[in-house]
Amino acid sequence: MDGKRELFQKLQQDILLWQGFKPLSAGKAERIGLGEIEDAFPGNVFPKKAIHEFITILPEHSAASDGFIAGLLAVLMENGAACVWASTSRKLFPASLSHFNVEPERIIFMDVKTEKEVLWITEEALKCEGLAAVVAEVNSLSLIESRRLQLAVEASGVTGFILRKDENKTSSTVATARWRISPLPSVTEDGMPGLGFPRWQVELLKVRNGNPGSFVLEWAGERFEEVKKAKKQPVWAGAEGRQIG
Amino acid sequence: MRVMQRRYVSIWFRQLLADWQVIRRPELSGVPFVFAAPDHGQMMITAVSTVAQGFGVEIGMRAADAKAICPGLDVLDDKPGRPQKLLKGLGEWCVRYSPIVAIDEFGMDGLLMDVSGCCHLWGGERGYLKEIVSRLKSKGYTVRLAIADTPGASWAVSRYGKVTPLIPEDGQVDALMNLVPEALRLEQSVLAKLRKLGFYQIKSFIGMPRSVLRRRFGEDFLLRLAQAIGTENEALIPLQVPVPFSERLACLEPIRTRNGIEIAINKLLENLCRRMQAEGKGLRSGVLTCYRIDGKIAKVDIGTSGASHSVSHLFKLFQLKIDQIRPALGIELFVLDAPKVDDVEVPQEEMWSSTPGLDDKSVIRLIDRVGGKVGFQAIHRYLPATKYWPERSLLKAVSVTEKPQAAWRVDKPRPTELLKMPVPIEVMAIIPDHPPKFFIYKGVRHEVTKADGPERIEREWWLDKGEHRDYYQVEDDQGGRYWLFRSGHYGSGQKYKWFIHGFFA
Repeated sequence: MDGKRELFQKLQQDILLWQGFKPLSAGKAERIGLGEIEDAFPGNVFPKKAIHEFITILPEHSAASDGFIAGLLAVLMENGAACVWASTSRKLFPASLSHFNVEPERIIFMDVKTEKEVLWITEEALKCEGLAAVVAEVNSLSLIESRRLQLAVEASGVTGFILRKDENKTSSTVATARWRISPLPSVTEDGMPGLGFPRWQVELLKVRNGNPGSFVLEWAGERFEEVKKAKKQPVWAGAEGRQIG
Repeated sequence: MRVMQRRYVSIWFRQLLADWQVIRRPELSGVPFVFAAPDHGQMMITAVSTVAQGFGVEIGMRAADAKAICPGLDVLDDKPGRPQKLLKGLGEWCVRYSPIVAIDEFGMDGLLMDVSGCCHLWGGERGYLKEIVSRLKSKGYTVRLAIADTPGASWAVSRYGKVTPLIPEDGQVDALMNLVPEALRLEQSVLAKLRKLGFYQIKSFIGMPRSVLRRRFGEDFLLRLAQAIGTENEALIPLQVPVPFSERLACLEPIRTRNGIEIAINKLLENLCRRMQAEGKGLRSGVLTCYRIDGKIAKVDIGTSGASHSVSHLFKLFQLKIDQIRPALGIELFVLDAPKVDDVEVPQEEMWSSTPGLDDKSVIRLIDRVGGKVGFQAIHRYLPATKYWPERSLLKAVSVTEKPQAAWRVDKPRPTELLKMPVPIEVMAIIPDHPPKFFIYKGVRHEVTKADGPERIEREWWLDKGEHRDYYQVEDDQGGRYWLFRSGHYGSGQKYKWFIHGFFA
């Protein structure tokens, strides 16, 4: 039985390698500061060379997603690289990014008129190796479009974040991960009045070759902090039964 | 080294307005007609058609007199400034023959071109003149041309020459000898004086001492004479200022396909970039002008955010614009200008990998490509402004390299999403000056459970009038975080309103 399991794990490792997931190199862990959430990804590494989808229907959701992405950008842009933010109807207030340790002047906003132009810009930007990340706000994303973006990402290594406003066609993209970030009531220390740190329900709806789950996260001024272990709902528990697809 | 001999061509449109009218209205071709404009209460003739000339109608006659000697004469209204407009259009068309084309300001009926070094492209001066004459003739204009070492001499020969339009190098003095004094572009009063004194040809006074001529006819007369024989320079004012970095490509066969246009652009860019590279310059804006065989001009332009002389990069920018070029029957001449160039920083051979950032080469190329496709006005970068008013707290960066002058403020909460315009909401607040108990936004009732504030932000009274805002950061029972404000004071009789202005993460 053990021999069989070892064989499965070996095969899985090989497949992941082919699919572009970097295995965790011994000793040197490239953490992005998401704590336990990173363990949901194959190899326990947050995939940077990938497309991440965020489902944002309500403005509260998109505001929360913006904050979550900003927290990730802080790490991705640490080396001084720039980021492109493409949208047709951008509401993001650049000044707020500095609250998430992101220098807003390093974000290049491209505000265009049509969705088609957003997708074109996103694809061109994802091919541009000098960027750290690309954020695109779209209404919908078709399978073919997402595939094109994925191919661009695989060549360049730029992280792509897609904010999607429709929920209906959720299953038809090839994004590596699909997230839903919803706001949660904040908690202040010792019941002090006022608002606490922004707190979110981070739902990892889909992870290719990983374990989807749900987490509660807080932006603690400087970094993400996991609040408590939410009830995990893995499709298959354990390492041998990971979600394939 | 021998300095290249300057050569000038003068084009004289013998009947500019009449020809133009016939081109516009072919039914007038056999009809006598004149243009007339009111002068001192009378209609005076300003231009005459060929047929009308046969009846003895001349410029300067009264329209009524002309009608008497030429029955059936059509009198058309002349508009002031029309010859200028026509000549400007014709001059722009003539740029295909020489980059420096000027309107003949003296007679307002011709063009002057500096053609130094242009003629060999059409197989010598004879072929060059022939080409221009036949092309203008096929358009419908009767013209006379002359080529000489000075604009003045070419002007004289084109109008009054009887022997040959080709004046050889240094031959302008001989050519002028037998011409009438009118050929020197002189004032009417001076001409009258010359005639009175019996000077009917230039040779009869050209040898006279300058002091005598000056005393009799004035300084202007001497200047015109000197300009014609070449002892004084005459500067032409070109219609289009020639660009130092410019390449042209004339095609034997008209180009009509996308493939052909791409090849042409590539060739032009290769030449242009080689020149720019040698001088350490890079293109900031480029204009591709396509001259079509039907006389129309198609233009596309590109811009870069940083000086570049990379053929492949610039080609990609043009590639996005090829769709806008309508070749119609074909393009016979491509001209690529670089009206704006900058010094380019020659990058050090890449010994260490470059540091990523906004000035990364690949990022700048991306910006150029996007700017070329959707326009640079779509691309923004923001810097902090030292203002509290939320709508004015951002500055748009002018260039990619511009650094913020002040630090970004993090001491006050600011929402991740800001509405372009604050939206009015309905609220219920129990105690004055307190955050609301609940608010209704887009028909949804939000129960406020936590709140921070207020943060009062005053208007910049020197810029606009209005109420200050008291901002509250509130959280509803679902966890949604909002930025609300009350405009104005809470008080009796005073109007105040609540608005939602943003969403927090």
